[in-house]
Amino acid sequence: MFGKLSLSAIPFHEPITMTAVAGSVVLGLVILALITYYRKWTYLYKEWLTSLDHKKIGIMYIILALVMLLRGFSDALLMRGQQALAAGGSLGYLAPDHFNQIFSAHGSIMIIFMAMPFLVGLMNIVVPQQIGARDVAFPFLNSLSLWLTAAGALLVMVSLGVGEFSKVGWSGYAPLSGIEYSPDVGVDYWIWAFQIAGIGSTLSGINFLVTIMTMRAPGMTAMRLPLFVWTTFFTMVLVVWAFPVLTAALALLTLDRYLGMHFFTNTLGGNQMLYVNLFWTWGHPEVYIVILPAFGIFSEVVATFSGKRLFGYASMVWATAVITILSFSVWMHHFFTMGASPNVNLFFGIATMLIAIPTGVKTFNWLFTMYRGRIRFTTPMYWTLGFIVSFAIGGASGVMLSIPSADFVLHNSLFLIGHFHSVLIPGALFGFFAGYYYWFPKAIGFRLKENWGRRAFWCWLVGFYLAFVPLYVLGFMGMPRRLAHYADLTWHPYLLVAALGAAVIMLGIVCQGIQLLVSIKERRALEDRTGDPWDGRTLEWMTASPAPVYNFPKIPVINEIDAFMDMKEKGIAYERPDRYSDIEMPKNAPHGLILGGLAFLFGFAVVWHIWWLAIVAAMGILFTVIARSMDDNIHYVIPAADVERIENERYRQMAAVAK
Amino acid sequence: MMTTDASTIGIAHIEEAAHPDTVAMQTFGFWLYLMSDLILFATLFATYAVLGHNYAGGPTGKELFDLPYVLGETLLLLFSSVTCGLVMLAVHNETQKRVLIGLVVTFLLGLGFVSMEILEFRSLIAQGYGPDRSAFLSSYFTLVGTHGAHVTFGLIWMAVMIGQVAVKGLTYPVQSRLMRLSMFWHFLDIVWIGIFSVVYLMGVM
Repeated sequence: MFGKLSLSAIPFHEPITMTAVAGSVVLGLVILALITYYRKWTYLYKEWLTSLDHKKIGIMYIILALVMLLRGFSDALLMRGQQALAAGGSLGYLAPDHFNQIFSAHGSIMIIFMAMPFLVGLMNIVVPQQIGARDVAFPFLNSLSLWLTAAGALLVMVSLGVGEFSKVGWSGYAPLSGIEYSPDVGVDYWIWAFQIAGIGSTLSGINFLVTIMTMRAPGMTAMRLPLFVWTTFFTMVLVVWAFPVLTAALALLTLDRYLGMHFFTNTLGGNQMLYVNLFWTWGHPEVYIVILPAFGIFSEVVATFSGKRLFGYASMVWATAVITILSFSVWMHHFFTMGASPNVNLFFGIATMLIAIPTGVKTFNWLFTMYRGRIRFTTPMYWTLGFIVSFAIGGASGVMLSIPSADFVLHNSLFLIGHFHSVLIPGALFGFFAGYYYWFPKAIGFRLKENWGRRAFWCWLVGFYLAFVPLYVLGFMGMPRRLAHYADLTWHPYLLVAALGAAVIMLGIVCQGIQLLVSIKERRALEDRTGDPWDGRTLEWMTASPAPVYNFPKIPVINEIDAFMDMKEKGIAYERPDRYSDIEMPKNAPHGLILGGLAFLFGFAVVWHIWWLAIVAAMGILFTVIARSMDDNIHYVIPAADVERIENERYRQMAAVAK
Repeated sequence: MMTTDASTIGIAHIEEAAHPDTVAMQTFGFWLYLMSDLILFATLFATYAVLGHNYAGGPTGKELFDLPYVLGETLLLLFSSVTCGLVMLAVHNETQKRVLIGLVVTFLLGLGFVSMEILEFRSLIAQGYGPDRSAFLSSYFTLVGTHGAHVTFGLIWMAVMIGQVAVKGLTYPVQSRLMRLSMFWHFLDIVWIGIFSVVYLMGVM
């Protein structure tokens, strides 16, 4: 009846896990109780969960990302704490099996359930507004992508309390991830969480490519696109190219585990390195999938707060294109030690070094944009400056690792961990934070307090250096990654510093929490009634904050790069049209939410081999899709009179500010 | 600037630009989906190329594959693509009856293909040559089976479309869906040509 699932799947004997589970369950119940108490279920369902509005979907993506950031960061704290204690005679507080689950969950969550929803969320809020569109190309698909991602995240969260998570690292190398060496459900949770979220990402990729290719406002030619749109475009090209490879690799691993096939097994002709090759054929482009959008955000932020057009716009676009192409020719640098011939390693080593060139072009462009600019040191700008300096270190250590002979020494050491955290934290996460501060007023309607933002930034920056510089040293000292316990006491002081760094980062996160609460409390004082709080340059600042459901009452016509700045300079930014017309918008639909729920059920059922439930969920998915396809009445019309009323209110507010 | 202004003259006055053509967008989006699906197949082809000779003491393709049988399968699928093309011509001429007949014939041909494939798989498994016998058979069953699963989904889709054409008639959204279904069907044909050549023809050589 319940497959492999029984009460023994709940880890009662693990006090740390049970505390975390109890904490999550209580927090969840409190939230549910509050929603019930304030009678917000209908509001939540109608205005948010079933919404097809790209701005609301974007906000929900970012809430998911922030929740998962907390989870992933808790894992990081546990690991840093364990390694600070478990030296020599002490074993620390985590059993090796538990430690293995934690580093596997940390990596999986941070990449797939923190970085991906964060960047897709920002794209959702911003891209349609930046190209002068009213929504994405396929609003329903957008909602489906969100709920598939959420279903995957929920599977990871459930694995905390029901069964266990994968113990074989976020990359799930075979044959360790095969059924012979990992007979429990951990790897299955990992597979299905990735698979479900990955399908959501592929659909997002298709959606944004079509949006950017077909829905730009008149006059928004390719070389007038805001840079964030360009980086979104190339990111989504990578998503559509790369994610199917992950889907296939995971499917093959699934077949090995569920049907006894021999793709990656030790016996009967399986080939383990095939898995590693397939995984990184997706995995390396994935690095650029999370980092290119951040490059776009930095470009927007630098231009706006330097009060200048972005320096070297065309070179920026081409650099992004070159990175996109090159990102598919470097996957083997993740396993130089596989034992390919020196010439093969040399090819991938040189291809890897080449990526430093377009990336360097970008760095200089950001610097030259600031040069002689009138820089305003707002929080988004702080994150950008922190990024430029720190990312240079991460990039340089990457070039070191790209030398195959050096990689043989540093492979799987903490030097590698230092390297990719120095690239991903400043490169991706700082970028998402810059975007979060920059577009928060656009999405929500008020700014975030600057003082707490600066405190958060300094904690993050100092904590980041404290946490990761020691890892470079430890790598040179020969410390491998993923150690639950070590005997060499000379490593201990460095790991204490790293743990201190994690604690300082935690202070940064606390500051961000306080900032959010204080800003909500003082939202009246921080309110943005103009829609253009930063003197912005691109079209998203033309709309109200938050933008009405249709974004633009009349689709603007574009004559320049930085279209909105151009309009402001010509004095035509706020010209009212002679008359408003009816606007057609997509109706809300519950199908995305239902499909996400069914996908979660399906994933849970196959993890535990509850076949009847898996069949029921799969049938449910099929019939929900068919039901949705039957509905041809998926739009509603906002009458011109309503548009006029909403716009009158906006102009009244703007006039009040001007006084 | 004069030059940039000049480039937007004309489009600036087209009101329709605010309402992009949904059918064109859906078709383009579906193309992108097909390309991503093609990468999925490419990965499976690459896997087959790597593992296709790892017989692990089990049978080889030469011993297992029955070319005339597979040719029969192939012909069913290719003819279903012809009838699918005729369906789209009938959609173009808006003759609902022909669309329905064409869809039913295409469905039956596709069903014949899937049935033959299932029988082939069943006989292999019955002989003890299932996908768990060797890496070669794992990659063979997965590549061919993934295509078969796609055709099966295509059949479900086609059944739904037969219902929609019968009930709703050839409305604009129904035509748009038929367009994408036919793209999907021809796409599966092309993938099958690859499978027939790489797996079966090269397998018995």
